[in-house]
Amino acid sequence: MLSIKNLQAKIGEKQILNGIDLQVNAGEVHAIMGPNGSGKSTLASVLSGREDYEVSGGEVYFLGKDLLELSPEDRAREGIFMAFQYPVEIPGVSTINFMKTALNQIREYRGQQALDAVSFLQLMKEKMKLVEIDQSLLNRSLNEGFSGGEKKRNEIFQMAMLEPKLAILDETDSGLDIDALRIVANGVNKLRTKNNATIVVTHYQRLLDYIVPDYVHVLYKGKIVKSGSKELALELEAKGYDWIKSEATVA
Amino acid sequence: MSTSIARDLTSEIIEAQKSLTAEAELRTEALAQLKKIGLPDSKQEEYRFTPVTRHLEKNFNWNKSTPESNLSSIADYLLPGLDANVVVLVNGRFNPLLSKVVSLESEITILRLSDALLKNPIAKAHFNNYLQNETDAFAAWNTAAWQEGVFIHVPESTSVNKPVFILQLHDASAEQVVSQTRLLAVIEKGSTVSVIEKSDSIGNEVVFHNFAEEWVVKDDAHLEYCKIQNDAGKICQVSNSVIHQTTSSKLNTFTLTLNGQLIRNNLRILIDGENCESHFYGLYLLNGNTLADNHTVVDHKKPNSFSNEMYKGIMDGNSKGVFNGKIYVRPHAQKTNAFQSNRNIIISDHATINTKPQLEIWADDVKCSHGCTSGQLDEEALFYLRSRGIAEANAKAMLLYAFAAEVLEPIQNETLKLYLDQLIADRLQKNF
Repeated sequence: MLSIKNLQAKIGEKQILNGIDLQVNAGEVHAIMGPNGSGKSTLASVLSGREDYEVSGGEVYFLGKDLLELSPEDRAREGIFMAFQYPVEIPGVSTINFMKTALNQIREYRGQQALDAVSFLQLMKEKMKLVEIDQSLLNRSLNEGFSGGEKKRNEIFQMAMLEPKLAILDETDSGLDIDALRIVANGVNKLRTKNNATIVVTHYQRLLDYIVPDYVHVLYKGKIVKSGSKELALELEAKGYDWIKSEATVA
Repeated sequence: MSTSIARDLTSEIIEAQKSLTAEAELRTEALAQLKKIGLPDSKQEEYRFTPVTRHLEKNFNWNKSTPESNLSSIADYLLPGLDANVVVLVNGRFNPLLSKVVSLESEITILRLSDALLKNPIAKAHFNNYLQNETDAFAAWNTAAWQEGVFIHVPESTSVNKPVFILQLHDASAEQVVSQTRLLAVIEKGSTVSVIEKSDSIGNEVVFHNFAEEWVVKDDAHLEYCKIQNDAGKICQVSNSVIHQTTSSKLNTFTLTLNGQLIRNNLRILIDGENCESHFYGLYLLNGNTLADNHTVVDHKKPNSFSNEMYKGIMDGNSKGVFNGKIYVRPHAQKTNAFQSNRNIIISDHATINTKPQLEIWADDVKCSHGCTSGQLDEEALFYLRSRGIAEANAKAMLLYAFAAEVLEPIQNETLKLYLDQLIADRLQKNF
């Protein structure tokens, strides 16, 4: 589904990604872990099309298409969804109106008919249950005055609405208490199918107790220095990142 | 630089006055004031960014008289679905055929100002009490040269059930148009009225419209007042609007500027009583070469009142926005709450905004705040919307619309609100 080869990216003069290789297939959950500043969020941003980063080498193919050639909106329409680490507050735009516009533009891109108001509301109600989010929250301005947990739940709600093929969760656990974490993770798990894939970007192993990965990759200095099964995450939790750093330096 | 035009205009005004009999003494007095202060040049602080005088010198022939218009229908300029008392001025002249009063005579009096000044003691008592002829040349000029006007009176404890819609239309399809019009409205104690003023123009020739209006909002009265400036023509418009409020009166104003060549609005709110509430909102969505300048003053003369000002602007093309907001809190006006905000978004490299808040506070126990911002669209917000599949142009429109539409919130009349909302959505291309 997603094939990343030797991906390099920089912001200004600063090189952040130094040749990432990653293959994600349908039905898989990949966790990207690593210490602060290792390039985790940069990878998520580059995949979603944030223009602050300049791709200086390598390639990314998503379902056979050159992802790096696509605008952020077209990436979303092709089926990529990023749950933001810091969801933006947008006064004056309600989540409902915003989702309706987004969903219908995606449908149009895929040659599907726009949803009428009734079907949209029906879909919305169904997805709201999934992430235990209240409609009053969705009537309000997007994320404005939302708590950390509400913002993240809103991200997963949007993900549920748009049904992406590849979801990238960027530090979705940051700022969440254990109850909110459980709700968010439940939402993500319910959305998993054999046809879609998830990349979980996280600093801590905690989230991976709830969203169990098939593969764990450790990012350090802009490269994947170690890959393994979910046990790797537990090992990192127990031993910290230092042994990875020294291993990487030796290698 | 203002002398030549002042001389030309002076003779024109004197010529015009032969036929203008109403308030002849006042006219002579105002003319003397105009001569004394002269039309403002660019060195005058209040008109620094808004070269009205130069524009008039360059583009107008002052020996020409304003033509009659043969316009027979105003359907295009009305608000769809608005059931209102309609007053129409075309090229500065009252048009009785296109006007209609539908409210009961016991609810509201609407007269030609010249008639009212002859026979209505209330009109006579309030006329020209509030304008600043001694400092503002355009106010003085208007007092000297107004050719037509409207008088509105709402008697005590009356709620006028239908709004008043005043259309000032300028037809410059044949020749240039110069018009000087005037409005006086007195809303007596405990009464409520909603007034919508709309300015439109057609034709390729230039228009100069000098408008002056005085509003008297008495104790416990409530005025909803909306000004829509959406001129298709080449209009230069100066409006001097003064609203005088006394005890426990309530005011909601909204000024929308979309088009025109050079628009200058002087809005002055005099809070001359306790426990008054004044909300004045404005929105300017500019493109092309439009210059729109909102100069607002709120003058707190008495204690315990509340004023809240919010003006927002979006500048595109080569447009220029100007905002100046003065808040005065006089020594006796303790416990005043006065808030002001002016926020601007510039979406083109060639557009500009000049904004200046000015607070002068003599009382010591007050709450006042002001804030002004100018910037571009929020890139983070734009990326967020795009990352959900929304096209860049639509995402921009969505953000601009959300920014702009906030100022519509206080508008009570749903038909009006819907109309304004559509104007804004159209302008910002939020049609999806």
